[in-house]
Amino acid sequence: MYGALWRALPGPVWLRLLVVLVLIAGVLFSLVTWGFPWVDSIVNNQEVTVQV
Amino acid sequence: MSSHATRRARPAPRVTVLGVLGELLITAGLLVLLFLGWQLWFNDLVVGGEQRGAALELQQDWAAGSADGSVVAPGTTDFGPPVVGAAPPETESFATLYVPRFGADYVRPIAEGVGTRTVLNTLGIGHYPGTQMPGEVGNFAIAAHRTTYGAPFASIADLRLGDPIVVRTADGWYTYRFRTMDYVPPSGVEVLNAVPALDGAEPTDRIITLTSCNPRFSSAERIIAYGVFDSWRPNAAGPPPELSGVVDPG
Repeated sequence: MYGALWRALPGPVWLRLLVVLVLIAGVLFSLVTWGFPWVDSIVNNQEVTVQV
Repeated sequence: MSSHATRRARPAPRVTVLGVLGELLITAGLLVLLFLGWQLWFNDLVVGGEQRGAALELQQDWAAGSADGSVVAPGTTDFGPPVVGAAPPETESFATLYVPRFGADYVRPIAEGVGTRTVLNTLGIGHYPGTQMPGEVGNFAIAAHRTTYGAPFASIADLRLGDPIVVRTADGWYTYRFRTMDYVPPSGVEVLNAVPALDGAEPTDRIITLTSCNPRFSSAERIIAYGVFDSWRPNAAGPPPELSGVVDPG
């Protein structure tokens, strides 16, 4: 899967590496901004208040 | 060497179902690790820093406001009965909390309301609506995370008898001293009573009540920290001596 992606990228190795790094950065940014907060709202049910 | 020749001419490996499945599983494992790193460390630090910044910014207005106020003679220790502010609207940050036991640079904002997403996950500490205000006779009850989202009450279990718990508002500094720890079920709302644990009793003392989750990372119980009022001083008098070792006491 990742091998196929690497081979599908055009250009020399340094350019592919650059593209891959940009892709990883984009994925990480999306996760931190939207993905992880959404997951946390589902799995993190820590209650700190007393209520009836 | 024939092996070199074959390696050079090696065809691109085929994409197999098993291979893709394996890579997906490795990716899933990495994502779980990344999430834990985000939840327990990165986001905790980011939100904690934001809360600290918000608390310091909130206090700047108060410092400016007291500049034109009355001048306090140095050495004054008795400022009369504490001034009690009006209850603010929901989600408004109206106070800050200093607890030297939680760290020399510890300061967090207190907002009205205890909604998980509206207050506790973002603004920091929440004040139970309907409970008393700082310095008021009765019970000033607040809640905050013990883990994740800045964790304002991360070290709540470290409090020792007599530890200062200082609340600051636009009116001044209210120093409470930690008295006792309690553990109650999630339904233990009696800790919010004007006289904690007593229903309908007429309050005579000024109490502060901190609630958080217990054990850490769980919602099975609540840890309750009680403090009793010690002293009050207006903003113009400067921070109380209990905060002498604290960074940025406003």
